Amino acid sequence: MSKEREKGMSLIVKTITRLTVGLILLYGVYIVLHGHVSPGGGFAGGVIIALSFVHLMLAFGKEVAFRKLAEPVVSFFESLGATLFLSIALLGFWGGSFLLNFLPKGESFKLFSAGIIPLCNVAICLKVGAGLFAAFVALVLLKLDVEKE
Amino acid sequence: MTPGSAIMPLCVAVPLGGAFLTALLGRQIPRLPDLLGALATLGALLLSVWSVHVVNVYGTVVYALGGWQPPIGIAMVLDGLTAFMLVTVNLIAFLVAVFSIDYMERFTDKWLFYTLFLLMVAGINGVVVTGDLFNLFVFLEVASVASYALVAFGTEKQELEAAFKYAVMGTVASLFVLLGIVLLYSHTSTLNMADMARELAHKGGGNVTLLVSVLFLMGFGLKAAVVPFHAWLPDAHPSAPAPISAMLSGVLIKALGVYALCRVFYNVIGITPEISSILMFLGVLSMIVGVFLAIGQWDLKRLLAYSSISQIGYVILGIGLGTPLGIAGGLFHLFNHSVFKSLLFLDSGAVEYSTGTRDLKKMGGLAKKMPVTGATTLVGAISIAGIPPFSGFWSKLIIIVAAVEAGRHWYAFWAVLASVVTLAYVMKVMRYAFMGTLNDTWRHVKEVPFFMKVSMVSLALLCVAGGLLLLPGLQETFLTLASGVLSEGTQYAAIVLSEVQ
Amino acid sequence: MALYLLCLVLFSVGVYGILARRNMIKIIIGVIVVEYAVNLFFILVAYKKDGRSPIFSPDADIPVQSMVDPLPQALVLTAIVIGLATTALMVAIAMRIYEKYGTFDIAEIRELRG
Repeated sequence: MSKEREKGMSLIVKTITRLTVGLILLYGVYIVLHGHVSPGGGFAGGVIIALSFVHLMLAFGKEVAFRKLAEPVVSFFESLGATLFLSIALLGFWGGSFLLNFLPKGESFKLFSAGIIPLCNVAICLKVGAGLFAAFVALVLLKLDVEKE
Repeated sequence: MTPGSAIMPLCVAVPLGGAFLTALLGRQIPRLPDLLGALATLGALLLSVWSVHVVNVYGTVVYALGGWQPPIGIAMVLDGLTAFMLVTVNLIAFLVAVFSIDYMERFTDKWLFYTLFLLMVAGINGVVVTGDLFNLFVFLEVASVASYALVAFGTEKQELEAAFKYAVMGTVASLFVLLGIVLLYSHTSTLNMADMARELAHKGGGNVTLLVSVLFLMGFGLKAAVVPFHAWLPDAHPSAPAPISAMLSGVLIKALGVYALCRVFYNVIGITPEISSILMFLGVLSMIVGVFLAIGQWDLKRLLAYSSISQIGYVILGIGLGTPLGIAGGLFHLFNHSVFKSLLFLDSGAVEYSTGTRDLKKMGGLAKKMPVTGATTLVGAISIAGIPPFSGFWSKLIIIVAAVEAGRHWYAFWAVLASVVTLAYVMKVMRYAFMGTLNDTWRHVKEVPFFMKVSMVSLALLCVAGGLLLLPGLQETFLTLASGVLSEGTQYAAIVLSEVQ
Repeated sequence: MALYLLCLVLFSVGVYGILARRNMIKIIIGVIVVEYAVNLFFILVAYKKDGRSPIFSPDADIPVQSMVDPLPQALVLTAIVIGLATTALMVAIAMRIYEKYGTFDIAEIRELRG
């Protein structure tokens, strides 16, 4: 009984997950990239991307999820996102002030416009996505440790 | 833009960059967290000292983040009070970072400690530098959440219990502050502090200002551990590792609590006689309650935590008086208390490092085996008790004289009484921990390693030299500049808005 | 006006949860409810009668005056993220306490006294 429990959920859930998890990831990436023309942006997109990995872990069990995205990689992406955001902010010093929007701004409503805002969105998405997944992993692993005793 | 104005974002960006780099690389490279921690705080300290010079030469400096001019954009304001707080915060942060190089060897995951520590320092710097009310809330939360995690760092039973209590109470306080900010925004439709001061002077206060004052008093009062809201401090400060206790007691309750109270009540809402009386009453209450609860303690760090409550009472009394002399006394005592309370907590950490206990009944005669620790504790104890010519005496004298001048004789009497009882409990610490016969269990105790000694001796020298801050030349550049900002009150708005192009 | 009062009632419900409940998880839920109430209050303050959502469109030309105030919406986003971080930390601390003490009841977790 417990072996089945560890391996994830029922067959129906596993099949649907296989079909939809890629779409969820893609949707999250769409929200991040279009952050400057429509509602959403880095934080919302990052949460959706983290949730796609959590979905994988819930449906298949943690071994499969860790094969897709190992723990040190998650830690690395989190710090990378934060460092990237700080570097973009510090680069603004060249233009004149901290956090200055120094890239060309283009026309409104196009995908490649609004200066540094899309880059900031990507950095925030990395940080939030990795951070949320890492928090979930930490709490779940803690629970499994407690239950073993 | 004036040349020194870039100090302000850098004071936040340098510790923040150090924290992120430590998180990225700290696990692989062995000595990197120590190096980055010391370098980042040293960089912040040098920037703070430079900022004092900038304020003296150029007056109040305003920096617009991202080129967006206030009141539309977020502004960072560097005036006398900010420079004063920056020096206090970064000086203690640097010395604590050096102390932690040796002390934190006992814990696993030292890189986690330095990441959280640098995040906390970045948050505190942000609170001190910002000129925008919601930005103040964001940095307040950054520093607070980092400190909740640091209190629970050792993950022993008592530390976790203390951290949970502290986290729940601190979060509720921050939510009260946020509610106050929301109400102020709905009343004045701006978030910039200078603009808000101007609008409030225009529209008049009324009921909204009264409600907001009470909410801010509750929220920032809990962060500052003023007496009805002090219950988290005696559990959180002893349970944290010693360098974090020094940071919490020496820096966090002052920058997040007292500084934010001053800034909001003097420069934004405008001080009224009612608020002044309330602050003075709470100050005296903190003094008395803290001091009488401290004297019965046998746990060294818990005694020092109660002592923090009573000394913050002195600061709140001085600032609540409202007269220029009172404000100068309160701010001077804030600086002095940071120095000697951090010194005492680092000493207690050194004692715990060597002997493994915090119980005064079990210690005895340690001065023979640990001469440096004993000497620095003696210096710190004499300063906090207020014995001339060390720094504590001068600041307490100014506060008592200011109270008498303002006609509050009863408050001055309680201040003197609290000072006498302070002398009693520091003598208790010295006698039980360091003097007397050497307990046999401590025969093999040695002095602490090099970096810990460096920090403690530097802080002791600052205790001795603290009285020099009252010399005429030094006083204008540092202390009077800070108290002048608060004495001007809502003129702050005119000064800041005139700096904006 | 009634909406603002209901918001403050939600705030009080959360504060009651923090004060009167003994289970640590219920205390954390009380904190979450208080956060909800403050964020909701913030958004309600920004509402304008018959206002549109503050999003520009490339086709139609919408006057700025008819939009609701967008600034509190950005601020509430920040406040929600901060609340998330604080909640995650409190839950992690609560789980570690369960590991060490064996109970979630705060009346039995009283090692620090005096």
